[in-house]
Amino acid sequence: MSFINLKDKVVQVKIVYYGPGRGGKTTNLEYINRTYRKQILSEMVSLKTHGDRTLFFDFLPFDMGQIKGYHIKIQLYTVPGQVKYNATRKLVLRGVDGIVFVADAMEKQREKNIRSLNQLHENLQSYNESIFKIPLVMQYNKVDLKEHGIPILPIEVLQKDLNSRLQVPYFEASALTGYNVAATLKKIISSTVVSIQKKLL
Amino acid sequence: MNYGIVSQEQLEQIDVMLTEKLIKLGVDCVMIIDMAGNIITARDNGESKYDVYSFAALAAGNFATVDAMAKLVGEQEFSLLFHKGQDSNIHFSKIDDELLLISMFGKDISLGFLRLNVVDAIEKIRKIWNKKQ
Ligand SMILES: Nc1nc2c(ncn2[C@@H]2O[C@H](COP(=O)(O)OP(=O)(O)OP(=O)(O)O)[C@@H](O)[C@H]2O)c(=O)[nH]1
Ligand SMILES: [Mg+2]
Repeated sequence: MSFINLKDKVVQVKIVYYGPGRGGKTTNLEYINRTYRKQILSEMVSLKTHGDRTLFFDFLPFDMGQIKGYHIKIQLYTVPGQVKYNATRKLVLRGVDGIVFVADAMEKQREKNIRSLNQLHENLQSYNESIFKIPLVMQYNKVDLKEHGIPILPIEVLQKDLNSRLQVPYFEASALTGYNVAATLKKIISSTVVSIQKKLL
Repeated sequence: MNYGIVSQEQLEQIDVMLTEKLIKLGVDCVMIIDMAGNIITARDNGESKYDVYSFAALAAGNFATVDAMAKLVGEQEFSLLFHKGQDSNIHFSKIDDELLLISMFGKDISLGFLRLNVVDAIEKIRKIWNKKQ
């Protein structure tokens, strides 16, 4: 749940990048961190293993400036995607306002995406949140690999597997090159801010 | 308790109280955060320059991890969370299921003295919070 400070007119919004291991969640945040220096007032925090896998979370505070007189502070988090880390994944989801699901578009990751999305559904339920209600954006990542001859799932398949019931906005993306990273971010921020405004009214 | 929106008046009262009860005793920085890592309020002695947002994210994670470990070994909770350094120390205290009070303090204050005052401050925060809700 977002926290709204009426005294200092600050709204803190928590957005979590969720998805299977090695899908590119951390790479999304790294790209944002490099590209939007002006809006990032502090260092990115990464709690990771020696092999650069996320152990607990990455954290990146992102300053949106003012909307209707309120200062919007977006807190970006990633979860650890590896199967064995579900306990910590759940901790990171606490109080989440909006989610980007980073799917790995590589053909061989098809099952892993579906399993991860199902677990997101369960994890949200444990906080009495619903995957059908929370602001959510799908990102089909690593589409750049197509050019390198690596088999990529067609968008129709990804949509059918992951988004046929949810029907949320989606983007093909490459966190490595930055393709649609900003578009994904903008979309989830606007959906989340709108949803918070609705709750307030 | 609905902590999502606190009235301006309540926050001001809490800020004044935190300054009176803790900062004036020599605590460097005190903040109230929620379990999601949001900062409810932060007060300091004007000298400490912490990156409070990153700090809050890490502190919430730290607390949540220890809490989960407690449950694993069959404890309700580990009530005291305290990190001791050469020059500065961090003390965590649970206000309720959603909120934490975190104090950062140096060598001049003893843990026992701090704890007494933290308990008192938390009592006052609860009172302010429960007014008119
Ligand atoms: N080709 C390509 N590689 C990518 C892309 N995004 C991420 N990668 C690579 O995939 C690997 C894993 O990326 P991470 O961002 O660490 O993945 P993650 O989702 O944070 O993984 P966990 O922390 O284990 O959950 C790294 O080697 C990245 O360079 C992409 O869009 N295209
Ligand atoms: Mg990662």
